[in-house]
Amino acid sequence: MRRIISVLLENESGALSRVIGLFAQRGYNIETLTVAPTDDETLSRLTLTTLATDEQIEQITKQLNKLIEVVKLVDLTEGEHVERELMLIKLKASGAQRAEVKRTSDIFRGQIVDVSNNTYTIQLTGTTDKLDAFIRAIAESTVLEVVRTGVSGLSRGEKVLTL
Amino acid sequence: MLSGADILIRSLQEENVDHVFGYPGGAVLHIYDAIFKQNRIQHVLVRHEQAATHMADGYARATGRPGCVLVTSGPGATNAITGIATAYMDSIPMVVISGQVQSHLIGTDSFQETDMVGISRPIVKHSFMIKSAQDIPEAVKKAFYIATSGRPGPVVIDIPKDTTNPTDLVPYEYPDELVMRSYSPAIKGHTGQIKKAVSMMMEAERPMIYTGGGVIQGNSSDDLTKLTQMLGFPITNTLMGLGAYPGTDKQFLGMLGMHGTLEANNAMHHCDLLLAIGARFDDRITNTVSKFCPYAQIIHVDVDPASISKNVVADVPIVGPVDWVLHEMIGLVKDALPERSEKQNSMLAEWWEQIEGWRAQGCLEVVNDSDGEIIKPQQVIQSLYRHTGGEAIVTSDVGQHQMFAALYYPFDKPRKWINSGGLGTMGFGLPSAMGVQIAYPEEQVVCVTGEGSIQMNIQELSTCAQYGLPIKIINLNNRALGMVKQWQDMQYEGRHSHSYMESLPDFTSLVEAYGHVGMKASSVDELDDVMKEALTLKDKLVFVDVMVDPEEHVYPMLIAPNGSLRDMWLKKGVRT
Repeated sequence: MRRIISVLLENESGALSRVIGLFAQRGYNIETLTVAPTDDETLSRLTLTTLATDEQIEQITKQLNKLIEVVKLVDLTEGEHVERELMLIKLKASGAQRAEVKRTSDIFRGQIVDVSNNTYTIQLTGTTDKLDAFIRAIAESTVLEVVRTGVSGLSRGEKVLTL
Repeated sequence: MLSGADILIRSLQEENVDHVFGYPGGAVLHIYDAIFKQNRIQHVLVRHEQAATHMADGYARATGRPGCVLVTSGPGATNAITGIATAYMDSIPMVVISGQVQSHLIGTDSFQETDMVGISRPIVKHSFMIKSAQDIPEAVKKAFYIATSGRPGPVVIDIPKDTTNPTDLVPYEYPDELVMRSYSPAIKGHTGQIKKAVSMMMEAERPMIYTGGGVIQGNSSDDLTKLTQMLGFPITNTLMGLGAYPGTDKQFLGMLGMHGTLEANNAMHHCDLLLAIGARFDDRITNTVSKFCPYAQIIHVDVDPASISKNVVADVPIVGPVDWVLHEMIGLVKDALPERSEKQNSMLAEWWEQIEGWRAQGCLEVVNDSDGEIIKPQQVIQSLYRHTGGEAIVTSDVGQHQMFAALYYPFDKPRKWINSGGLGTMGFGLPSAMGVQIAYPEEQVVCVTGEGSIQMNIQELSTCAQYGLPIKIINLNNRALGMVKQWQDMQYEGRHSHSYMESLPDFTSLVEAYGHVGMKASSVDELDDVMKEALTLKDKLVFVDVMVDPEEHVYPMLIAPNGSLRDMWLKKGVRT
């Protein structure tokens, strides 16, 4: 089952490598990973998605908690949550295709952020499923490049992950 | 105002470090100069950095205090890796200080540069990279705190040479307190869970106690013994946990697991309540996990939450320090015991009857049909036990001799049996014995080894000569890598692929060349005399080379794959 683990991490050199190393060392998988400092510059917020059984996720969270630089963590998928991923996608778009690509992009609430004679670069945000759906929808076009940030998320409502 | 090198030494003094095991080199020369200028910390010069880590490890296992290691960058650091991994697997507190090339050279593939923090990352509890001399006191304070608290483990401090420069002086102050928002090991257990556990103990019909290294690490042997004797339950210890409960007491069923006794493994399999304390359900214990303790409710006490329900799901998990939890349990059991019903008492008596039936089969009986011209390895350990009165601190290497020592030398006290259980590191025995002897100069320290293992760190005989360490080395010499050969006998139709040791040295001459005493025993008659004589030479290192039966196997042995704990080979060709 797909899980989103969100971690508050000491913003120190080497902290990220311990998290990644743990996953490699214990044979857990990482589907996506995103990390950046928070409003408190001593802390980073790391979000990763993994495919794991309930037993595995229990071990993953316990092992992550053992890392000295992990301050707190939450499995967002345990409760209601908001998740978003950002994608930039560069497509070949010329002639009649240009209008078609633009229409599809609008349907998905994408924004064209760069234009050249033969290409569009489109920015899209949404859940992983939505971004996947867009790629399927423009299957007729030639995709030149795709870059995705990986999932970020927060719990819904009053629940927060802070010190 | 002090230099980084002086600050490091002062900080180690603040942590009451009395011995540092190490080897100098370019990146740590400033630190070695600072060591030279003081005399509170004794430095022990090893012959190979791996041995330095095992010495610190042996020192820590025997005393309960963290061991301290100092090595240079590059090869010094990488040589230390096996010893760090050994300590990590057995949760031994250790602080390893490694020199690093100068900060401005890091990342340039400079001479003797290696990414020590990176290489050691999967085998340390934590590590620190020093950026400036001012960082050193806090890093040292944190390193010792992390290494010794919660579930202990090794911590690495990597120190670039420029941060210890004797001409760069900075203010020095050792922190009184530490604030670590992201590290707070459990300091007590959940009382509700403990109550629940105790009520289950009162109702159990076939209870069993199984404890590991955590009881020894947690200094809880007395409380464990008290609780076990109050309850009257049978108890077994893991390889790492031997000595936590008196090995000669009648409630003790011997070691369990891969080479556990028939009675311990059978009692585990048939119990209806398992009280596991400071043990981690390792694969050498469980055999096939799905067939492990099929009738039992499991209570699992451990300070490390990640150990609980990792391999075997616990019905009552209790996260907390074992001393705290045992203390609580004793209090509750004291109140509950008078209430225990007659029925419960008679069920327990019946359970003991069943166990005594297994015990009566005498799975550890030694049979020697040879008229004494061949020595059985078990007889060597029995002789050692007799001549040391069971009082020696025994270290071992890894292999058959390790299992014979564990099975035939009952330990009545904790921290008397020192071996590499988790990683299974050959070459551990001699240096760890040296660490023990340095910590306890007056104690009888014995290293039980084999001709394979001893050669993995035999260069330390030179260190022993330098520091006058009167260790007794008992070499069970079967001219083969015994445990490998045993598996090849049992699973590879006797194809002994590279398990023979050809061109063995004449060990007695070799140790004499190092300035020690060598002795040899080749028959049962000689064995006792040689053992006695060796142990009387109090001030000498004596190496006793004992020619033992090369055909001997270690039994009992669990049958894998797909076996349960009651499926064992009892001797060659005979199974349960």
